[in-house]
Amino acid sequence: MKTAVIVFPGSNCDRDNVNSWYAVTGLKADLIWHKESHISDYDLIIIPGGFSFGDYLRTGCVARFSPIMKEVARQAAAGRMVLGICNGFQILTEAGLLPGALMRNRDLKYLCKDIFLRVENNSTPFTCDYALGQILRLPISHGEGNYFVGPEEHKRLVDEGRIVFRYSSPEGQVYPNASPNGSLDAIAGVINQNGNVMGLMPHPERLAEDILGGTDGRALFTSILNSYRLAPTKKSGAQQRG
Amino acid sequence: MKFKASVKVMLKTAVLDPQGATLERALKSLGYQNIDFVRVGKLVELVLEEESEQAALKAVNAWADQLLANPNMETFSVKLEPLL
Repeated sequence: MKTAVIVFPGSNCDRDNVNSWYAVTGLKADLIWHKESHISDYDLIIIPGGFSFGDYLRTGCVARFSPIMKEVARQAAAGRMVLGICNGFQILTEAGLLPGALMRNRDLKYLCKDIFLRVENNSTPFTCDYALGQILRLPISHGEGNYFVGPEEHKRLVDEGRIVFRYSSPEGQVYPNASPNGSLDAIAGVINQNGNVMGLMPHPERLAEDILGGTDGRALFTSILNSYRLAPTKKSGAQQRG
Repeated sequence: MKFKASVKVMLKTAVLDPQGATLERALKSLGYQNIDFVRVGKLVELVLEEESEQAALKAVNAWADQLLANPNMETFSVKLEPLL
C-alpha cells in the first residue's frame, strides 16, 4: 500500500502523520512537496494539519491552488483514499472535494485540548475498525473548526450518513450546542458521496501510540489499511464515478 | 487601462458572525444602545490592467468567486474605478 503525506509551506503535522502511520501499520509514507504537479498513484493521500500559507485570507484557500491539488483531485476521482486532518480538512472543503466550510471558532479562541467524539458511521474505509457509537478522546488544535454547511447540503449529509464524527460529552451524548467550536450539528468530520475522501478537525495522528498518552486515533489508521487489504484500489486508469 | 478594484467580502446574513456579535456588545458597553446587526467583513484592494471596464469587472468577479470569497459562507461585491 502506497501512502503520501502532502507538505505545504506551514504544514506542521506532516511528520507526525508519517510517524504514526509507520508506528501503527509498519508502512512507510512519502512526504510530497506541494509544488509537485505529477506524482505516481497512491492508495492513500493524507493532507496534514498546520497553517498552510499562514492561514491568510481564509484557512486553506491558498493551498487549494497549489499544483499538487490537481493530482489530489484526480486521484480522489479515481477512488483513491484521501484523508484531510485539521488544516487538511479545511483545504479539502476549499477545494470542493468535501462540502461546507470551516469558519472561525464561535468563541473566537484558538482551542488546543482533548475533546470527545462519537463515531457516527463505521461503514467507511476510515472508521471500519471502530464500533458504531464508540466514544473517542482526541486532541483538537484549531482556530477555525466551526463547520458550516447550507440546510440542503446538511440534510443530504444526514440522510446519506456522511457525518462520520460528532463532538460529544465523555459519555457520548451529543448536544447541538456542545460543540467546542460552534460547528453546525456538532459535526467534527464528514465524508464525500463516494466514501473515499474524509476530513476531520481532531488529530488522530497525535494519539495513536501509548507513549503519547492514548491510542484512540490508532483504529483510524488500521481501518484504512484493513479496508485497503479487503478492496485494493485499482491501478491507474480504472476511473470510478466521480 | 488601469483600474483599482475593491472587493468587499461579508459573511452571509444567515451565518453567525461572532466577531460582529462581540463588537456589538463592546459598542453597547460604550453606551450606544441603539445599534444592531454589527458584521465584520474583509476588504481586498488590487490594481489591474484590462482593455475595458467590462473586462476588468469580469476578471475581478471571477477571482472573487474563486479565491477571495468562499461562496459557501460569504458574499462579495466588487467596486471598480479607473486609474489615471
